[in-house]
Amino acid sequence: MTTPIQKPPKKNPQIRTVVPTLPPASRSRRALAFTVAAAEGRFALQKCAMCGHIAYPPREACPKCLSMELPWTDVPTGGQLIAETTVQTSINTYFRERTPWRMGTVLLDAGVTVQCHVHGGVLRNGRVRMIARTDKSGKGVMMALPESEGENMADDKQLRELTCDPKHRRVLITDGRHMSALSLAQHLAGAGASIIFVGLAEDWRKPPKQAALEAIPQVEIVPLDITNTTSVTECAGEIGGKVDILINNCEYVRPGGIMGRRDVITAQDEMAVNYFGLMRLMQAFGPAMRGRGADGANSAVAWVNILSVYALSNLPEFGATSASQAAALSLAQCFRGEMAGSGVKVVNAFCGPLDDAWRQPLPPPKVSPEVLARDVLRCLQQGLENITIGDVAHDVRTRWIEDPRVLEKELTQIEGM
Amino acid sequence: MNALVNLATALADGSIETVDLTHTLDPDFPVMILPPEFGQCARFRVEEVSRYDERGPGGYWRNFSCGEHTGTHFDAPIHWISGRDLPNATVDAIAPENFVGPVFVIDCSAESAVDEDYLLSVEAIKIWEKTHGQITENAWVLMRTDWSKRRGAEYLNMREDGAHSPGPSADAVRFLVEERNIRGFGTETVGTDAGQGAHLSPPYPAHYILHGAGRYGLQCLANLDALPPTGAVLICPPLKIKHGSGSPLRVLALVERNSNAG
Amino acid sequence: MSRFSTPKRQGYDGVAVAVPVSIPYTRYSHESAHWWLARALGELVRCAGLTPADIDGFTVSSFSLAPDTAVGLTQHLGLTPRWLDHIPMGGASGVVALRRAARAVQAGDASIVACVSGDTNQVDSFRLMLSSFSRFAQDGSYPYGSGGPNSSFALLTDHYMRKFGATRADFGKLAVAQRANALRYPQAMMKKPLTLEQYIDARVISDPIHLFDCVMPCAGAEAFLVMREDIAADLNLPTARILSTIERHNAFADDPIQDRGGWAMDIDEFWTMAGIKPEAVDFLQTYDDYPVISMMQIEDLGFCPKGEAPAFVRANSFEIDGTLPHNTSGGQLSAGQAGAAGGFLGLVEALRQLTGTAGPTQVKDAQTGVVSGFGMINYDRGVCTAAATLARGLT
Repeated sequence: MTTPIQKPPKKNPQIRTVVPTLPPASRSRRALAFTVAAAEGRFALQKCAMCGHIAYPPREACPKCLSMELPWTDVPTGGQLIAETTVQTSINTYFRERTPWRMGTVLLDAGVTVQCHVHGGVLRNGRVRMIARTDKSGKGVMMALPESEGENMADDKQLRELTCDPKHRRVLITDGRHMSALSLAQHLAGAGASIIFVGLAEDWRKPPKQAALEAIPQVEIVPLDITNTTSVTECAGEIGGKVDILINNCEYVRPGGIMGRRDVITAQDEMAVNYFGLMRLMQAFGPAMRGRGADGANSAVAWVNILSVYALSNLPEFGATSASQAAALSLAQCFRGEMAGSGVKVVNAFCGPLDDAWRQPLPPPKVSPEVLARDVLRCLQQGLENITIGDVAHDVRTRWIEDPRVLEKELTQIEGM
Repeated sequence: MNALVNLATALADGSIETVDLTHTLDPDFPVMILPPEFGQCARFRVEEVSRYDERGPGGYWRNFSCGEHTGTHFDAPIHWISGRDLPNATVDAIAPENFVGPVFVIDCSAESAVDEDYLLSVEAIKIWEKTHGQITENAWVLMRTDWSKRRGAEYLNMREDGAHSPGPSADAVRFLVEERNIRGFGTETVGTDAGQGAHLSPPYPAHYILHGAGRYGLQCLANLDALPPTGAVLICPPLKIKHGSGSPLRVLALVERNSNAG
Repeated sequence: MSRFSTPKRQGYDGVAVAVPVSIPYTRYSHESAHWWLARALGELVRCAGLTPADIDGFTVSSFSLAPDTAVGLTQHLGLTPRWLDHIPMGGASGVVALRRAARAVQAGDASIVACVSGDTNQVDSFRLMLSSFSRFAQDGSYPYGSGGPNSSFALLTDHYMRKFGATRADFGKLAVAQRANALRYPQAMMKKPLTLEQYIDARVISDPIHLFDCVMPCAGAEAFLVMREDIAADLNLPTARILSTIERHNAFADDPIQDRGGWAMDIDEFWTMAGIKPEAVDFLQTYDDYPVISMMQIEDLGFCPKGEAPAFVRANSFEIDGTLPHNTSGGQLSAGQAGAAGGFLGLVEALRQLTGTAGPTQVKDAQTGVVSGFGMINYDRGVCTAAATLARGLT
């Protein structure tokens, strides 16, 4: 069992906040495919298409047959720790600040040896279960976990560096009016978040379910309207230094594309929330979070964008909203670039149609608030950077990965005769 | 021209006061809520252009955006379908003399305090006239409800069946237009109509009847309790927006000191 | 292994190795690698009684020479060689330079080859060198704690101890013996005696690696000349001759973790060609960036069977005057590791032994010795291995 982390003490205002440092960030271009898989929580290695050999570290050609076809393939995660060390002296500042650091050599059941981080619960010579995650530099790394789940396993110091666990952390849910707000707050409270700020725009309109939100002891309602620069600035001024995880669940969704509308006003409203609102949040909350990426056990760790999966490829029935979501996705990519170096993960959660009034005519399956909250929480606890929520989102993103041009044709075709 | 000299003298010596009837344009000020599938009134929003900084070292200025019916605002006849074909129905075409004129204030604050859906009736207007005299032609009539003192959700007072706030009955509007030939009608609430005005006949009678007759509306007024029932002068020029259906504006009233407010 | 048969290797007749040069090391240096390499080349020319124009073959080994290579150095140092090589093989560079130069001389491609190695050590250069050491290290090992070679060898040591029952005291015995030898080597960086207790009690660096398992990075240079025997005789230089050499890269790639090196693939040929047996060797110079690697070489070079180095270590003294003198100048553990010059240290010391110029570290009547090299932890293991048997020269 892992020793549980304690609730961090109040911050000493006389001590300088630790500046985020990073583990090594450089990788070969080939190795970035490992990072891509790790960002989704997949443990993928190169497997030769010709001879089946599994190659690691990442290569340009198979070391057995010189085939150039080495597709990244999910491989079994079992293995055995065959050598280990605990680094006490590191030449890298990030690790130097975090020693002792346990790492080791694992012989994978897949037949290749890898060097990896090692969870404190792994026994000497023990069987392990490998995970791939992105580290504070945003690059994929491997960690060996005990084969079976142990108590407080997530509290392992090294594992917590790879995850965004809400335990003892303070979270901001930006839209208390969104149908997901209550479920998100309930799930985060259950996962040990210490404060759950819930943003509420336009207090002159009574929100639904406010009483249920307020009944959660960790919840604090804060005024926040992401279409209003002043409001966002003031909210960040009040609580920005305490937000360890920001979940932007604001969305503005309306059916319709281009010619079915007679003006751009609805599109402006969509952009005002989905794009400019996101940018306001990033401008107001980003700098403080970027500065707090190494701020102790409740450091800033994650920024979650809940995006429509149609940000990837336009769904003409919701064409203009899709376009604003695509703008948001592009902005999130820019934000990832600007947050690189902070250790704060920028998470994109691609969501299928919610079971709400705007998407009422769409056929099932749809995403319930509970599923959205459960998946977002799991994503944070596992430290993932890209997830899909719901079957539709999974399906669309899978097709998009396979071939975005084919997906575009699928989504824009008319019913055949 | 003695009248203007006298007016200027009176303004200077304070015997005539200028009362501000305007809410501050504030992003948090409520706007009319329509069914979500309809177009919506834009909120007032501000973005800073520069503030003596790298964006403009010497100056502080901002861009703002809003709808024609955001904040304290003026409704032109063309705002409503009943006024669509009238001449001079847009704010840029209205003759400027219409923006200054006598104003009568009917105090409905006591009634509104006990009945949030209070409707001003013809009967009540006639009773008011018994005390204060008949409303003269081509005047503004304002309905005081003290609604402007409400804050937050209390202002729109939205419930599942819609907003609940006082306003005029259809008959009262028709009476004011047809029998008293008023120039315009103003309220402290978010519209000239009652919160439940959609369920009157015709729906939104103030909008329908006033604008259909080429009359004007004023909404989201404040400080009506500072006006006397009669004898004040209203100044309410909207922005000269081409083909404008209305406009946020600064509404002022000239009030003789010692006149009997409220 | 190739399916084609390997012809018998030819001997190194007519080739002489001479003029061992060691430029005294410093912990840090603000000078460039070029400066250190130039000093070594100058010392070679001066000691041999040559002019730079006489040098018609040139090999360079250095980690800190970037952006230059051996090519840039020819112009930098005013050499006009007709045979040039750059040997980036770290700890195997010395033996590899030797065997390539020897074949060039034998074939007439060059007459006098200067084999030079050296590195500077600026305050942050070790960290910078490690962070960009190799693509596999960058992708596969550096991100995991960035312990550098300390943690790479900690893993190899941990595995070796588990598999073969070696103890820290076994590694300590090698380190302590080398320190005793280093106290007799005037240019050693380590000047204080080391006891086994001090070795055992030293602070942990990356367990099971403790402080005295680690080399001290420093600046310095090592060099020697390979030439025709007749030229050496004309110059009146004391020489050594080459009995056998081997070289192997990326051996045993399927071993999950390294507990043997490439020497084991070629060891029979190595001794056959040398015409002697391990027992006949008067001294052994292994590549000792960590003691576990010396143990591996002792086994793979045939001094004892695989896995029995711990017992072999317990049975020998390794000091200059003891049984199987080992790393007689103190090795890198006690003389210091001057980058790529670490791959020359043992060879240059062996040449001093066999030319009778070792002075305080001279092994009495040393006639033959073995030098071994091991280099480049490209990812999880050393990739390059090489070894040579040398004997006292005929001149």
